[in-house]
Amino acid sequence: MTFVYLMIIGLQIGSIYALVALGYSMVYGIVKLVNFAHGDIIMVGAYCVWYLTSRMSVPAWLAVPAAIVLCSFLGVMIEKIAYKPLRKSDRLALLVTAIGISLFLQNAVQIIFSADPRMFANIFEGTIAIGDRQFSNATAVTIAASTLIMIGLSLLVKRTKIGKAMRTVSEDGEAAQLMGINVNNTISFTFALGSGLAAVGSVFYCCSYSQIQPTMGNMLGLKAFVAAVLGGIGSIPGAMIGGVLIGITESFTRGFISSQLTDAVVFGILIVVLLIRPSGIFGRNIGEKV
Amino acid sequence: MLKVENINVYYGAIHAVKDVSFEVAQGEIVTLIGANGAGKSTILKTVSGLLRSKTGRITFLGDDISSSEACKLTQRGLAHVPEGRRIFQQLTVEENLEMGGYLRSGTENKRTMRDVYERFPRVSERKRQIAGTLSGGEQQMLALGRSMMSLPKLIMMDEPSMGLAPVLVKQIFDIIRELNAAGVTILLVEQNARMALSVANRCYVLETGRIALEANAKELLDNDEVKKAYLGG
Repeated sequence: MTFVYLMIIGLQIGSIYALVALGYSMVYGIVKLVNFAHGDIIMVGAYCVWYLTSRMSVPAWLAVPAAIVLCSFLGVMIEKIAYKPLRKSDRLALLVTAIGISLFLQNAVQIIFSADPRMFANIFEGTIAIGDRQFSNATAVTIAASTLIMIGLSLLVKRTKIGKAMRTVSEDGEAAQLMGINVNNTISFTFALGSGLAAVGSVFYCCSYSQIQPTMGNMLGLKAFVAAVLGGIGSIPGAMIGGVLIGITESFTRGFISSQLTDAVVFGILIVVLLIRPSGIFGRNIGEKV
Repeated sequence: MLKVENINVYYGAIHAVKDVSFEVAQGEIVTLIGANGAGKSTILKTVSGLLRSKTGRITFLGDDISSSEACKLTQRGLAHVPEGRRIFQQLTVEENLEMGGYLRSGTENKRTMRDVYERFPRVSERKRQIAGTLSGGEQQMLALGRSMMSLPKLIMMDEPSMGLAPVLVKQIFDIIRELNAAGVTILLVEQNARMALSVANRCYVLETGRIALEANAKELLDNDEVKKAYLGG
């Protein structure tokens, strides 16, 4: 039973990592940038839900969509203001800018809401029993909703016009333009989508961990990044599988070895992946485009 | 139809295209020939808006397109088959064609796709395949088919014969003739000058970023002196 329990908990946290990792991977696929501000968008989403529900008494069903819209908007604005002017410059400049945006968001939230941790009320109250174990409803909702979202995203990318445009821009932006595809709009859409998923992930995360603070995006973001690298950064199924694998690894490490070792194991995976298969599980080993 | 006046294009400090002017009239096949690095591809990229000229003017069907974005190109009826084909390797053959008709409606695309498949039966046989698995010749056919999807009035082709076996080169040039006969105007950039001249009406010879000569294609092919100077004997 412990095995099943750890597996379910692993799936829960893994789904959250997967949702966040998708944002890293899609953005990397399309602009070749590791968006280090992505973790902080999660944090902004969490503060938005917290503020609306606990300070403004807005019902959760309204606060969550509001956070998704806010995060999507924020993601698009960050791209337009900070990344777009650097699109033709060195990758390093872009990376440093992303770190700068991350620090900016953390400090902005700290100025507004102070550095004190805030309590985040679980919006999916109640429990369900599987065998002799009790699970929070948040666990069930997280796994079910994340699965649906990921199926929806896969269909969107595979079937719809904008999804195909995303794939073409990620493969060859110049050729995509020659087809009449507006690269700027496609990039904006990708940032909106990734940031919206981050907001959903943040809600699920906060329902299980109940505490939020301005630096909460660091660790969550970093682990989701490891998940994206494990799956093969740039690959959408890779981010999903990578996220779930990291979540399950974490859960089993906590259950069978030691809860203090979970982070070490996760980052150990990053090191091993980078040493053995830097392109990740679904990554393609394509040479740099000339 | 297409009028390029006095363009100058730079890559950083390198002056790649110098005071180039040329014209393509409706229904023509015009070719730009010249050695590697003469600026042929640069000119096409400037026309399509991927690069910008510091001077001059580019007009297409009377509209100034000098500062038009590349993604607005197909809307105007101008298609560009870039050098090296640049098909979307990870998409299926059919998805590649759909992308070619990105700004067209679904019903239009279905109709055009039928035409493309008819013209390129090899491509039709492989429509569910990932485009990256096609051979070089098939990829070139796909690239041409993809450009036809936007129902263009003018297609600019950059080295369609590059890296292909002679029998395929012949096929590609046959298709260029057929497209032209069907009413599409063609601007062809080629290193294979002989083949290009055999299909073209008019030709511009480029030398290190400058137009060195404008001529009737047949005359150029028949002129021994010119042949020696520009086509290597």
